[in-house]
Amino acid sequence: MFKYILKRIGISILILLGVSLILYILLRCMPTDFVEQKILALYTAGVDVSPEFIEEMYKSYGLNGTILEGYFSWLWNFVRLDFGTSFISHREVLSDIFNPGRLGTSFYVAAIATVFEFLIAIPLGITAATHQYSFIDYLVTVLVLIGISLPSFFFGQMLKDLFANKLGWFPVSGMGDKTVSLTGTAAFIDYLRHMFLPILTVVILSIGGRMRMTRTNMLEVMNADYIRTARAKGLSEGKVIYKHAFRNTLIPIVTGLAGLIPSLFSGAMITETVFDLEGIGKYALNAMTQGDIPVIMTYNMFLAFLSVLGVLMSDLMYGIVDPRVKLA
Amino acid sequence: MDENKNYNSPEELLDANAEEVKEDINEINAGVDELTDAEKPLDKNVRLLSPTRMVIRRFLRSKLSIAGLIMLAALFLFCWLGPIVYTKWDETETDYTVNADYTVYEITAENGGDTVMYAQVVVSYNDINKLAKPSKNHLLGTDEQGMDIFTRLMYGGRLSLTISFLAVFLTSALGIIMGGLAGYYGGAVDNIIMRICDVLICLPTLPLMLIIGTVLDSNEVPSDYYIYLLMGLLSVFSWPGMARLVRGQILFLREQEYMVAAEAMGYSTPRKIFKHLIPNILPQILVSMTLSLGSMILYESTLSYLNLGVRIPYASWGTMVEVISKRNDILQNNFNVWGPPGICIIIAVLGFNFIGDGLRDALDPKQRR
Repeated sequence: MFKYILKRIGISILILLGVSLILYILLRCMPTDFVEQKILALYTAGVDVSPEFIEEMYKSYGLNGTILEGYFSWLWNFVRLDFGTSFISHREVLSDIFNPGRLGTSFYVAAIATVFEFLIAIPLGITAATHQYSFIDYLVTVLVLIGISLPSFFFGQMLKDLFANKLGWFPVSGMGDKTVSLTGTAAFIDYLRHMFLPILTVVILSIGGRMRMTRTNMLEVMNADYIRTARAKGLSEGKVIYKHAFRNTLIPIVTGLAGLIPSLFSGAMITETVFDLEGIGKYALNAMTQGDIPVIMTYNMFLAFLSVLGVLMSDLMYGIVDPRVKLA
Repeated sequence: MDENKNYNSPEELLDANAEEVKEDINEINAGVDELTDAEKPLDKNVRLLSPTRMVIRRFLRSKLSIAGLIMLAALFLFCWLGPIVYTKWDETETDYTVNADYTVYEITAENGGDTVMYAQVVVSYNDINKLAKPSKNHLLGTDEQGMDIFTRLMYGGRLSLTISFLAVFLTSALGIIMGGLAGYYGGAVDNIIMRICDVLICLPTLPLMLIIGTVLDSNEVPSDYYIYLLMGLLSVFSWPGMARLVRGQILFLREQEYMVAAEAMGYSTPRKIFKHLIPNILPQILVSMTLSLGSMILYESTLSYLNLGVRIPYASWGTMVEVISKRNDILQNNFNVWGPPGICIIIAVLGFNFIGDGLRDALDPKQRR
């Protein structure tokens, strides 16, 4: 087991190296990179730009030398957890991205949405499976497939238009009411009111996948021999479903939990932008459209790290939850 | 199966079942009805369906698949035949009808203790007919540049659908080739290809597209083929899913007897891969392609929404929704501008999802129906 984990960690590091190399090369394909724009901006503003100054700029952004040289110097800094300074905000990337407020916002939205996603999707999946090909199965399937098919930006804007602009039940955007200063419970309620629509968007978009998975697993289990045995013993249908069938569908659900690690921390880019939440997704989106290389590299490496971790954790969980699986 | 029906005796139940079976057989044998029972050859009583026909029958039995087919057929007709039939406006044609806007402001003023209400009317003349409401002239109104939305919807659909198809075909082709090579040769080739897959799967898709978009932007790629290049590059990064599927299946099929026979016949490697292995994986490939068509449309529209896809004046469904990210007034007042393209996206994606879902059920060998 220990050896297996070590081996997997080794492979993960290799994967991350590959990811970082691809990202770095892609980013360096920008010819008019940020520095040139910046120098140009200074020049047009009437500042005297000397060659030494340009050299200094390139150096401070780690863009002098060839792509490979740049990559290795970036890697060396990255390993030492020196993620550089944001081109846009001129603050340390580390404190800028992993700002507790920013990461926290994204995390709360994702975590609450995940809880609701499970609470809604799993019962729906079980119902659809136990009533296969019935009206209710079709209805649930159609509804969740519509959920999967919604473009997040369109659905988010639609909710915003309907519930915030037209009905006025929820605030249009932002994280809190800036016009009044609230404390205690009132502040918390205000926060929840701001978070409701983003969370609703995320939940509706994500229910489908989870429900379909539960349904498929449940159907597979319902066809198993031990379910026939349970029925033959004369057990009540409820007992057959919840005690014998559902428990066996828990394996993919539990291992799926570990696979959620990336989505919990990565932030919902589009949703956060639509509702103007100060989360990590919106921040990264802004950095990416403006070519802020240090932020882009750090954010994407963070995502890649999370997904490697998610895969590793769900494999390990599999070994723990399902005694038939031997990890080697 | 009716487990709830009550039968008084086992005989009754048997009889009921026998009736059902008889009906089924009669239905199947509808073609050989002219023969009397004695003349019927024994094997005519049981007709075997070829696997393909069985799949088609199962597929068409599902109402959702039919709904998906109809939705997509309607969209394709709308997008490809529409502009030929409805030629009133062109994709990038601006309506230069001059019109006037009236805005009425109510002003309350104090006048010697009395409250007086004034109405101020501001008249603004527009040289283009922008943000018009739906009318006979413009079936769905005009957008903020005075272009006809109904027409742009059709041209936008052409672009969105074409791009998604191209991207899915390219992704699948790459995936099939890479997965086929990995599964067939195994060993070092397999190892290298699978490690590349691992790396590519860890690259987050949307951020990656954003980066590529920014890179293309900074290289000043002309907007004519910008989106094609972007989606092409997306395919280069998104083939691992298909490759893994193909590889897994080939690993399984390689051990089958018929492949040993193909080996013994001395067939060339390409023939073995493309003639004997790939056709056997085609069902799974088809399902996966149909489902990814839906997600490609979503990606394309998301990119266009983020201003990284199709550029104005050209239309795509995503680009048409994009205005509301900047103009809150359009979001509130002009549903006819951003609603229809969004609904079209949903219909297209939903159609592909319905069909993919139906295909998957129809192709599932574990299904008994």
